[in-house]
Amino acid sequence: MTKSISSARADFPILNQLVNDHPLVYLDNAATAQKPRSVIDSLVHYYEFDNANIHRGNHTLAIRATEAHEAARSTIAGFINAQYAHEIVFTRGTTESINLVAYSFGEAFVKAGDEIIVTELEHHSNYVPWFLLCKRKGATFRVVPFDQDGELDLEVFKSMLSEKTRLVAVNHVSNSLGTVNPISEIIQLAHQAGVPVLVDAAQSVQHLDHDVQALDADFYAFSGHKIYGPTGVGVLYGKEKWLEEMPPFLSGGEMIENVTCDKVTFNTLPFKFEAGTPDVSGPIGLAAAIDYLIQFDPAELKDYETDLLNYGLELLSDIPDLTIYGNPKHRSSILPFNVAGIQHYDMGVLLDNYGIAVRTGQHCTQPVMDALGITGTVRASLALYNTREDIDALVNGIKRVQRLFRRKS
Amino acid sequence: MKTIPEIEAQFIDDFNQLENWEEKYDYLIELGDSLPEMPAELKTADNLVKGCQSSVWFATRCEDGRLFIEADSDSLIIKGIVAILVQLLSGQPSSDIAHADLTMFETLGLWRHLSSQRSNGVTAMMAHLKQSAATCQIN
Repeated sequence: MTKSISSARADFPILNQLVNDHPLVYLDNAATAQKPRSVIDSLVHYYEFDNANIHRGNHTLAIRATEAHEAARSTIAGFINAQYAHEIVFTRGTTESINLVAYSFGEAFVKAGDEIIVTELEHHSNYVPWFLLCKRKGATFRVVPFDQDGELDLEVFKSMLSEKTRLVAVNHVSNSLGTVNPISEIIQLAHQAGVPVLVDAAQSVQHLDHDVQALDADFYAFSGHKIYGPTGVGVLYGKEKWLEEMPPFLSGGEMIENVTCDKVTFNTLPFKFEAGTPDVSGPIGLAAAIDYLIQFDPAELKDYETDLLNYGLELLSDIPDLTIYGNPKHRSSILPFNVAGIQHYDMGVLLDNYGIAVRTGQHCTQPVMDALGITGTVRASLALYNTREDIDALVNGIKRVQRLFRRKS
Repeated sequence: MKTIPEIEAQFIDDFNQLENWEEKYDYLIELGDSLPEMPAELKTADNLVKGCQSSVWFATRCEDGRLFIEADSDSLIIKGIVAILVQLLSGQPSSDIAHADLTMFETLGLWRHLSSQRSNGVTAMMAHLKQSAATCQIN
């Protein structure tokens, strides 16, 4: 028996409040999603009953905490269909996951003259770590451009792939335009050239297919807080063969097997990459979020979110002087726009007065904004608890702001 | 010339007389409109305030220990804030600017986003202006 999507909203206590005397309309989900009661309860339960340091304690609480933490790893592995639970490394978020690979993979496999390919659609966190890696190693940083519709130019991508390419880093969904990139095709093309691919799944794992084996992703990174889980926990999936060959990123406790004054040997996967006391509760909360999410029928959820996005695109495109950015064949959950004569910052600030939460600015994608020739956008982004009423409220809010500004001109 | 605290008190009074937030923003945007146009050649990288979500430019010149300010922003809301700062500070003795402790943005409870966000703020603008004031001496 699957859970109905219309019942979701009531599961998120934070949504039931007034902001600036208006019912909260939360449309900043691409920045962070809200948490269902079950996630909040899982964290409270952990701290009320099970809190302990994990992996080496021999008392009951330590065992319970360890079991819950490692069960969470299995839940997450199952969710993204990793072959082994030890291919799941816990991090603080997508940014740390990508940095881990940029340092560790970079240390092992990237040298002067090599090339790394990213795209112009990347969030800075899947751009800057590779840029810096190339600087450190004397490697070449290559960027696949996007076209007017916000689609990656795959012909350019194909032409960039060569025997010099060491890795391709690309997002599944662009955080600023919502473009769904043809990730399977990109991975296939890269693999044909013998190149591994890191997928930034921060904006896709909660909305789209996330089967890492079906995608054949070599690395797959996402954050807990965007998939209805806690802030501060993230996931790096890596194929066992890569993780085995990569050196540790951080060092200290947990990640070692043996330490003497002249020799250090490392712990097995995934602990080799998890130095220090980990965020014990974060993965537990993240597993609760996944348990929540998998109650819904995935196809129904995708249809619902697509329908809501299309409803938003339709209504926004009817507003005079409003420009929607990008027109990709497939778009996911992101509505990026500007209204002529109203700076994005002003729109965001004024919408907040109507209780509407959106994000404004560059969205950590300066290359995207530069390519579009704009200083930023207003971005409304959707989650499974959003409704057509939320979109209506956004549209009314935009029109009221337009009236406020029209009086001035 | 009125002192900075005197002008600030007047602004607080003016804003408090307005009924709702729409009127307050109306007034703020009007203040921005009244700001003398800033010549394009003054909108240099040096005059751009770092750490703001919107572009904010301040050009200052020092005349006998007093700091004169020209300013602009691509956001109409921020332009209003900038206009307030110009009215408060432009032409004031640089030592007064260096020691100014503005409270109106908190007192009015408006524009919380301006004081709470690391990336946008009166704090960044004031730091920029105080730096200019620090180098402005009486001849």
